[in-house]
Amino acid sequence: MKPFRYERADDVSSAVTALAEEPEAAFLAGGTNLVDLMRLEVATPEVLIDVRRLISDRIEELPDGGLRIGAAVPNSDLAADDRVRRRYPMLSQALLSGASGQLRNVATTGGNLLQRTRCPYFQNVTTPCNKRAPGSGCSALEGHQRDMAILGSSPACVATHPSDMAVALAALDAAVTVRGTDGERRIPVTALHRLPGDTPERDTVLARGELITGVELPPPAHLIPSRYRKVRDRASFAFALVSVAAALDVADGTVREVRIALGGVAHKPWRATTAESALHGAPATGESFRDAAAAELARATPLPGNAFKVPLARNTMVSVLLELLEEGR
Amino acid sequence: MDVEITLRVDGTEHRLTVDTRTTLLDALRDRLGNTSPKKGCDHGQCGACTLLIDGRRALGCLALAVAHQGADIVTAAGLADGDGGGLHPLQRSFIAHDAFQCGYCTPGQIVSACGMLAEAEAGWPSAVSKDPGATDVVLDDEEIAERMSGNLCRCAAYANIVPAIAEVAHR
Repeated sequence: MKPFRYERADDVSSAVTALAEEPEAAFLAGGTNLVDLMRLEVATPEVLIDVRRLISDRIEELPDGGLRIGAAVPNSDLAADDRVRRRYPMLSQALLSGASGQLRNVATTGGNLLQRTRCPYFQNVTTPCNKRAPGSGCSALEGHQRDMAILGSSPACVATHPSDMAVALAALDAAVTVRGTDGERRIPVTALHRLPGDTPERDTVLARGELITGVELPPPAHLIPSRYRKVRDRASFAFALVSVAAALDVADGTVREVRIALGGVAHKPWRATTAESALHGAPATGESFRDAAAAELARATPLPGNAFKVPLARNTMVSVLLELLEEGR
Repeated sequence: MDVEITLRVDGTEHRLTVDTRTTLLDALRDRLGNTSPKKGCDHGQCGACTLLIDGRRALGCLALAVAHQGADIVTAAGLADGDGGGLHPLQRSFIAHDAFQCGYCTPGQIVSACGMLAEAEAGWPSAVSKDPGATDVVLDDEEIAERMSGNLCRCAAYANIVPAIAEVAHR
């Protein structure tokens, strides 16, 4: 690990200012991803600004019936929160399917959103990787492809975003609140992460120095029943090959509202808007679900080593929607 | 860069100067001589370094000591009574069930189980909980395996680790 200075700011605004003034500084919260990346020398900050105690670790009711989650709320506390379990079951399930008990106790809500890809080439400084070393090439195109993206990837990068929580937040239309030197702004979770294009080194739209302070969930109307299904190589403590977060509201046999987001398939949590549009007002049947899932995946551009993810994502989407249909009866 | 910190480890206060790069795991093992937490992968993937930090189970290898100024840390050594003979119920149960072979992962397994039992007591759900809304957690073997999935055992003593934890959970 490279040497670094450790600093604690007095409040959020001085932390944001301090980071903006240090070109090689990084925010530290739970550290479960950052400390590992520093040990691997994938991340080499010269200054760490510890923000864990500066940002809220509370979950509060919003006047509209939604919830505001402080960015420092640990993943385990968020998953166990009674309001989250009752009103946003897919969010609790997504959190519980990620990492391990020890990691969830430390990893924060803001940090979970900003964790880096687990692409083995990104994490290995001896191999080319455009995300880690722009212009060096993408080793995955000729290498290990099982965990790589099938949607929205580019010739420069086929990495996937590893978060489960972010997939549920994307489906729920959550938004993050962000503090920068110019004040606060609000970004929908679906617009927070980027597709790689030819600048895969940038995971998100956040400007340098911007700090996520919280996540806001809209009221849960039409979002129940909901669930999160994760498909992976072992039953626990593994990243998703494919995951599906979905909510389905059916009235008189017709889809009134549907939300679908996919994990493990793209550089960002993938909101399945094509499938959602196909389903709005359609009969709530297995046939509709299959057609909608196929439409969503029509744009897939798999690699030889991960073509299996296309039918896996399609079948998992259909299966989850059928379960939700049954649950809503 | 050196920084002075204080840590409370197994009930004893320590003041020490550490490089900012030092993890809690290395501070405990190399600076304070507490080799109860083990270094397995050093990447947060194996659980051998599991500690209770301010009462919650967490990984010593991913925790920077400098970010844990004043923290209250419990290791597997500190779970036993200080008077010499009194092992923690989980420690006794691991021995009774022969829940290890080489023993390298055992301190992490036991500290993790201790934290996990408190989480279940608090009503926290898991990924395999049948009713995610239920506040009473029934720790059957599937629940124990899921909640302990962050602790790997390369000898694969799982078949005895699960019953060792179950016996304490069901007391």
